Amino acid sequence: MTEEAARTDPATATGYGEHPPRVGFFTDTSVCIGCKACEVACKEWNGVPDDGFDLLGMSFDNTGTLGANSWRHVAFVEQPAPPEPRRAEAVDLGLPSFDLPGAGTGEEGRTDFRWLMSSDVCKHCTHAGCLDVCPTGALFRTEYGSVVVQPDICNGCGYCVSGCPYGVIDRREDDGRAWKCTLCYDRLRDGLEPACAKACPTDSIQFGPLDELRERARERVEHLHDSGVPEARLYGESPDDGVGGDGAFFLLLDEPEVYGLPPDPVVPTRDAPSMWKYAGMAASAFAAAAVSVFLGRGSR
Amino acid sequence: MPEATFRSYYGQPVLKPPVWEWKIAAYLFTGGLSASSALLGAGADLTGRPALRRAGRLGALGALGASMYLLVADLGRPERFLHMLRVAKPSSPMSVGTWILVAYGPGTGVAAVAELVPRGWRKRLPGRLLRRLARPAGLSSAAVAPAVASYTAVLLSQTAVPAWHEAHRQLPFVFTGSAAAAGAGLGLVCAPVSEAAPARRLAVAGAALESVAARLVEHRSGLAGEAYRTGKAHRLRKWSECLTIGGALGALLPARRSRAAAVASGLALLAGSALQRFGIFEAGVESTKDPKYVVVPQRQRKV
Repeated sequence: MTEEAARTDPATATGYGEHPPRVGFFTDTSVCIGCKACEVACKEWNGVPDDGFDLLGMSFDNTGTLGANSWRHVAFVEQPAPPEPRRAEAVDLGLPSFDLPGAGTGEEGRTDFRWLMSSDVCKHCTHAGCLDVCPTGALFRTEYGSVVVQPDICNGCGYCVSGCPYGVIDRREDDGRAWKCTLCYDRLRDGLEPACAKACPTDSIQFGPLDELRERARERVEHLHDSGVPEARLYGESPDDGVGGDGAFFLLLDEPEVYGLPPDPVVPTRDAPSMWKYAGMAASAFAAAAVSVFLGRGSR
Repeated sequence: MPEATFRSYYGQPVLKPPVWEWKIAAYLFTGGLSASSALLGAGADLTGRPALRRAGRLGALGALGASMYLLVADLGRPERFLHMLRVAKPSSPMSVGTWILVAYGPGTGVAAVAELVPRGWRKRLPGRLLRRLARPAGLSSAAVAPAVASYTAVLLSQTAVPAWHEAHRQLPFVFTGSAAAAGAGLGLVCAPVSEAAPARRLAVAGAALESVAARLVEHRSGLAGEAYRTGKAHRLRKWSECLTIGGALGALLPARRSRAAAVASGLALLAGSALQRFGIFEAGVESTKDPKYVVVPQRQRKV
């Protein structure tokens, strides 16, 4: 095992000897059509309860956010004006038109419009905040590098909810335990791909070994840049980011915060040594104060 | 600070608000109170102040009992609280805290129970044994007490909650200062003026540390400092500051002579400490509800 492998491969770092390659999702939002088949397939396979039939007034998004009862969430963003015009204007050659007056589509009067859709999911971070802070060992790293909650262990302390820099995991109200995407751990062990990826009709959700996905994603971004989509960018693919890279990463067409994603998430554990150092200083000051108040001049 | 402009997804929060409720804020207070009382109790034991010793030992156990209740009741599955003892996990401040409390509890319990041995039992073997054990038990509990009072700051800071995370340098000092003031406050309320000199001194030291560190939290946490300076968190912390400083001034002057003034000062210190914890808790919750606390600083450091 090289040091590099220990840094980037969480299963190796956890202590698995022989183990399958790290797998994950590459969600290419440029081909997402917002069908929500992923949300449905996930609920069906994992028996995730409904989270209310609400009309949220957020375009076609009536799921709202990832949570204990939504392990996939399709975001819909309506943008009246895209960052930059992409196609050259049609050139008017001054030829006579055969259209009847008023038969035009009204296209010339429309402002340009763009609809972003993106299926969000647990990122299965290389350095996972939820996993680090879990005090019972209910959250664990699987041999595939994913992060899974064991429902028979979780006592609902809620620490993972605040430990996640993406706001993914949450506690289920009537149940008291924390829940999130398992990367379909049960299906992986039977050689199947996760339900959402299986159901995705456009291959916007791609499942596979993370190395392969990263390679494919780089090619896809290059292709999009060459085809006049300069705003295409990857999110969460870099092992050098604040969480050591995501097991589920994305191709986005705008800044991450537009999709409700944090621009530069950092695992809270990264600052732990500094935190304990300051706590140690404060504890020492407290102890010193407590001792010295009894030294005094012997006044009672 | 100029009004920050940023983009978001329909203004929705990026983070989940903490699922912890008021019970955790209350535990931050009772845990600190217990630790500080244990230290005062042990010091009073060594320096021959029986009333302060009794107040410290019983206060430490009482506050620890309240803490245990609050911690267990806040779980989503309270009947599974023992699952905390399945593992010892240095990366989880909650696991570290669990084991700190395991180390702290027995000594605190023995020292307090020894105070409760009825007169008739003192000559019998269990009574004699308990009273013999009381001092080492109290000292062992005092040795762990500073950890009990300070680990909770790391517990809050080691989260993605902006207001708690960004304040990780100052929060431990707020917490130990607040704990010292609370324990001293209990000592002022329960012990006679003649024995309470150490409590009065601890009150002043704790209140000073808490007040200074609490101000630093507001101004050294970047944008997250705004969560402390506005809304309910701000109101709670303003009251806390007034009560804490008022209590400390009371401890400094009139509480040396008047028992009534000592009780009033002690109550003010206790209330000030509790409000500080609720204020800090509230600031953290607020900072998860507005996406600006997440997006703006992260965007700035990316540029």
